[in-house]
Order: sequence, then structure tokens, then C-alpha cells
Amino acid sequence: MDAPLAIDVSGLNKHFGDKHVVKNLALQVREGEIFGFLGPNGSGKTTSIRLLCGLLTPDSGRGTCLGLDVVKDSARIKPQVGYMTQRFSLWDDLSIEENLDFIARMFGVADRRRAVTRTLEELGLASRRRQLAGTLSGGWKQRLALASCLLHRPRLLLLDEPTAGVDPKARRDFWEEIHHLSASGITVLVSTHYMDEAERCHRLAYLSCGQLLASGTAEEIVSSLRLNTWEISGHKLHGLTSILRQLPGVEMAASFGTALHASGRDAALLQTSLERALAGRSLHMQPIPPSLEDAFIHLMQGSQDPYGGNRH
Amino acid sequence: MGRFSTFSAARWLGILIKEFLQLKRDRLTFGMIVGIPIIQLLLFGFAINSDPRNLPTAVVMADPGPFARSYVAAMENSSYFSIVGSIDARQADELLDEGKVKFVVTFAPGFHRDLARGISPALLVEADATDPMAMGGAISVLNQLGLQVFAPDLPGFARPHPPPVDLRIHRRYNPEGLTAYNVVPGLMGVILTMTMVLMTGLAMTRERERGTFENLLSTPATPLEVLTGKIIPYIIIGLLQVTLILTASRWIFDIPVLGSLPLLYGMVLLFICANLTLGITFSSIARNQLQSMQMTFFFFLPSILLSGFMFPFQAMPGWAQAIGNILPLTHFLAIARGILLKGSGLALLWPHVWPILLFTGAVLAIGSKTYRRTLD
Repeated sequence: MDAPLAIDVSGLNKHFGDKHVVKNLALQVREGEIFGFLGPNGSGKTTSIRLLCGLLTPDSGRGTCLGLDVVKDSARIKPQVGYMTQRFSLWDDLSIEENLDFIARMFGVADRRRAVTRTLEELGLASRRRQLAGTLSGGWKQRLALASCLLHRPRLLLLDEPTAGVDPKARRDFWEEIHHLSASGITVLVSTHYMDEAERCHRLAYLSCGQLLASGTAEEIVSSLRLNTWEISGHKLHGLTSILRQLPGVEMAASFGTALHASGRDAALLQTSLERALAGRSLHMQPIPPSLEDAFIHLMQGSQDPYGGNRH
Repeated sequence: MGRFSTFSAARWLGILIKEFLQLKRDRLTFGMIVGIPIIQLLLFGFAINSDPRNLPTAVVMADPGPFARSYVAAMENSSYFSIVGSIDARQADELLDEGKVKFVVTFAPGFHRDLARGISPALLVEADATDPMAMGGAISVLNQLGLQVFAPDLPGFARPHPPPVDLRIHRRYNPEGLTAYNVVPGLMGVILTMTMVLMTGLAMTRERERGTFENLLSTPATPLEVLTGKIIPYIIIGLLQVTLILTASRWIFDIPVLGSLPLLYGMVLLFICANLTLGITFSSIARNQLQSMQMTFFFFLPSILLSGFMFPFQAMPGWAQAIGNILPLTHFLAIARGILLKGSGLALLWPHVWPILLFTGAVLAIGSKTYRRTLD
């Protein structure tokens, strides 16, 4: 029942100077699925994506992307991959149409003019085709960038935090489009910080400090952590998280809206700690099934950002 | 790597079109490309003159007489001096200090008596030599004037011994000593150096700085396609600038083209290539546009100072000449002046052609080693 693998790499390593940015990355992405790439800033998400599309050469490791060797055949992988960079990377001083036309020429798109015109119409940009890309708003820039990735009908899309700085409506439209593309057989690997986006992915990988900490479906990741979570609600929650974090058995404590979540793997220890700490306070606590967000915050708190920078 | 072997003309054309579009949008750069040659040509041709005339001169006449008067008249006639008036000796220092006059000529008491007796009297000329180059022409004229003015009117026994020599300076190639003749061919080289190195230096770093380089790298475009696609527009610009300068210098300054025009353009092309390879190499080493600009100026300054454009090459010490000989501009100046003013052919110019070729080859070798094909 498993689809063939679009990406199958193992043991990928990348150093920048003495920083070990990607450590023994092993990744399997099935054809046609939406694969989410999660992790805090500086965890090596962008570097991993660049390794996959041949923008960076791995120091060691091997694997295939669309059946081609990631190290030796990167020139043959490029024409089949659409890569959307984290930062808008089309030319500000070219018009929308000129940008699309240039990208179409670079990929040798057959029947270029028709492809560009069709894309302009699909985007609803036909009337603004002569507008310079630099003058577009964030949401439109993102749509233009996605459109330019799709011009050459790639088999694999690599999207690096595509929805950063985009409003919720545009974000939802974007994800509709991603699911639409996935349904048509395109494999999508997308990195994100947003939980709601993570939940829209078929499968996920969690990266921290260049290391893959967990991968699988959302349910698999949550259950593999074997977390027990309690929700604490009531008044005067202020300042409670830092107290809870000191308790034995509490591995994660964080605010969720008007409530607090406290999680730990040792169910009995967690419960006695919480009950003792909350005794005498007029607070309500109840066990809940851990959410994906609980799982990720747990993963994030278990590892520190070693660089403090914003290299993703 | 096999990636150099696949050159797609369609992709190359795409890059070329993109570069032209961006150039068209960049009004400031475009204005610079056309404006710089015109402005510099007019400035250097008209405003900057290394052989100035009409220098303000004061006379201290302690012994008025016919010889002194005719000497002063001759000075004025030479057109180098403009006599502002007679003063007494105490004012001389003051006027020189204030820069109101450039020369003070003093005819000491007893000047005429000594002259008539054949004892060479002292004729004191104080010159403001803060700009020694500017004074050169005027001072050499003074020497001649003494012989011409005093000798014919004196009785035979009083003529200075050894007898006055008939000193004649024959200025070849530029009989009238026009600065423009020297400057215009030089300016061609200077402008090409500046625009070619700077523009190409910025071309690649701009892509890297704006993040568009990442996009370019993720397309199948090969380094060779990108580099040549980016270079071609600048070659065209360079040839345009040269045509602009040559046309302007013909119309405004009447500068002849004695040699072959195709040969000149061939040499210009070679010189452009030398500068472009340097620019591309700078941009592959530099991390951002500012660094690339700094490198350009680091190269531009010695090019201006040591190439013989500003100062006579032969007057420089050996080590400075050695540095100057590495720079393509030094050789291009010799080539351009040779073709324009002397009508030299390729055989005669060859000693200046191979150093440019060598420079280009060496820079290309460094550049191709440092060009980053990935983001590593």
C-alpha cells in the first residue's frame, strides 16, 4: 500500500565552519504526500531543504531525490523540483510577467507564453501583469513565488516557511492550493512554525539542533512521546507555570489560552506533584489527551537552541 | 563538472533579457553609464589643464629701464604671465603668501648697469611652487625669454658668454601642447575601468544580497550561462561609452584618429574583458555590494595614480613602475594614445597587448576557482 519514495536520504551531514548544522539526517517522503518539517529557529530546516535540492552539497551521506542521487545528479534533480525560498527571492525590479517569463525560460518550459499567461490568469494577476514584483504585498508575493515554482510542473515542491508573514485568509487559501497539488500527485515538503499547518500535513518530522527527534503522522508522534497531560484552569494562573516546571515529574508546563497544560511521562509522579502544588488553591485540574502542540512544546523544551541565530 | 558542458542558448538569452530589463529600470545606473563619460570628458578636456596660462605675476621694479620694460612685455606676450602690477619689495612675500600672485619678478638695483657691462645681473623670480607641475611650462618660458630679449639689443662685447643658444622645444604629436590630446585617450581607459569593474562587481553581489541568487541557483541555469549572460550587456555598454567619448572628442576637441578604428575597438574589447573578469572575480569574493565597491576602489586608485594617466609614468620610481606595469590601464593608455595620436599598428603595440592578456588569464584563473556554484 505504500507509495514509492520521492525522497529517501540517510546519514546526511552538513557543517558550516565548526557548527554541525545537520546531523545524520534520515528522511523518507512518499510520493504525493504533504510532509511537514518542524523545529525551532536554527534547527537546520532550511539547510536540510537546500541539501535536498542541490543548493548545498552534503559533507557526507547519501540518498535519492525523485530516484536521482542527491550528490551526483543535482543538476538533473533541479528541473523536476520547485523550490520556494523562505525570503521572497524573485526580482523586485522586474514586473510580475517578466519574472514568470524569466523563470519559464530558465526551466525551458514548453509553450512559454501560454504557460505564463495561464499562470497570470490563475493568479488573478492578469490585469496587474506589468506591476513590479517589489511593489506587491506579502500575500501576493507569496502567491507569485508559488506560481513561479509551479510553472515547469515539478514533481516535488520544497516550500521553506511559505506562510511566514501572510494573513490568515491568504494562509488558508495557500493550504487549499497545497492540498489540491498533492491530490494531483505532486509531493510537497513544507517547513513551518504553525501548529494548524502541521496538522494539515500527512506526515511530520521534528528537527532540533540539526537532529531528527521524531517523525511520523501527528498521532504517531504524540503517542510515541507517551505523554500524560493535565489541563489546569481557574483564576490566578499568573506565574504558575514557572512553579510547576520546578516540580518532579513535570517535564513541560505552558499556557494554552486561559488554561495551563502540564505534561510528563511518569503519570503517577506527575499527578501527585500537581495535586500537592495546587492544594489549597481554587483551581480545577483534569487529565486531557495530549495535543500535537503539547508534543512539540515538550520536544522544544527538551532541547536548547545551540546557535541563538536565525539560520533555519 | 559536467555542468559546464551543457550550455543552453535559450536560458542564456533569458538571462540576457533579464539583465537588460533590470538595467533599463535602474535609471541611476543608466544615467551614470551615459553621464560619466560626457561629464568627465568635458571636465578633463576643458576645466583641467596641466599647462595653465595667464598666471598672475607681480613685478618689483627697483631699477626701471628699457631692458626691464621689454622683458616684462615679453613675459606678458608669452601668454603664461599676466602682469598684475608693480609693487615694492616688501609686498612681494605678502602677495605670494596670500596666493594673489603666482610669480614675483625682481629687477634689482644696478640691473641695467650690470647688463650693459656684460656682468650677468641677477634676475630674481619667485614662484609659488605648491603645484610644481603647473609651474613647469611658465618657468621654461622664462629661460628662453632672457636670451631672446636681452641678446639682440646689447653691444657685441656685452652679450652673455657662452653665447646664447637658440633653444627650441619641438613638441611632437601635440604641437600645441593641448592637454586634451593627452587626457581624452586616457579618459577612455579610466572610464572603462571604473564602470566595467564596478558594474560587474555589483552584478553578482546584488543577486546574493537580495536573496535572488538562491532562486537563480535553484533553476537549471549553469554558472557559464549566468556569468556570460551578465557580462554581455556590460560589454555593449563599454563599447557604447567608447563611441560616445570618441565622437565627443572629435567634435569638441578635434582629436584625430590617425590609426585604424577597428584595431582600436579590438583593443577596447580586450581591455573591457580584462576589467570584466576582474569585476566578476571581485563579486564572487565579496560578501555584499559594499565589499565589492571597496575592492573596486582599492583597484581603481592605483590604476589612476600609477598608470600614467595623472602623472608621467617615466617620472615614477622603479617600484611604482613595476606596479603600474601590472595594471591593464597602463598598457591600454599606451595603446589608445598610440592608435589615436601616432597611428601605431598592432605589431608596434604588441608589447602592451600581452600584459593585458596575461592579466586577464591570471584573474580568470582566480575567478573560476572562487565562483560559488552552490550556497556553501
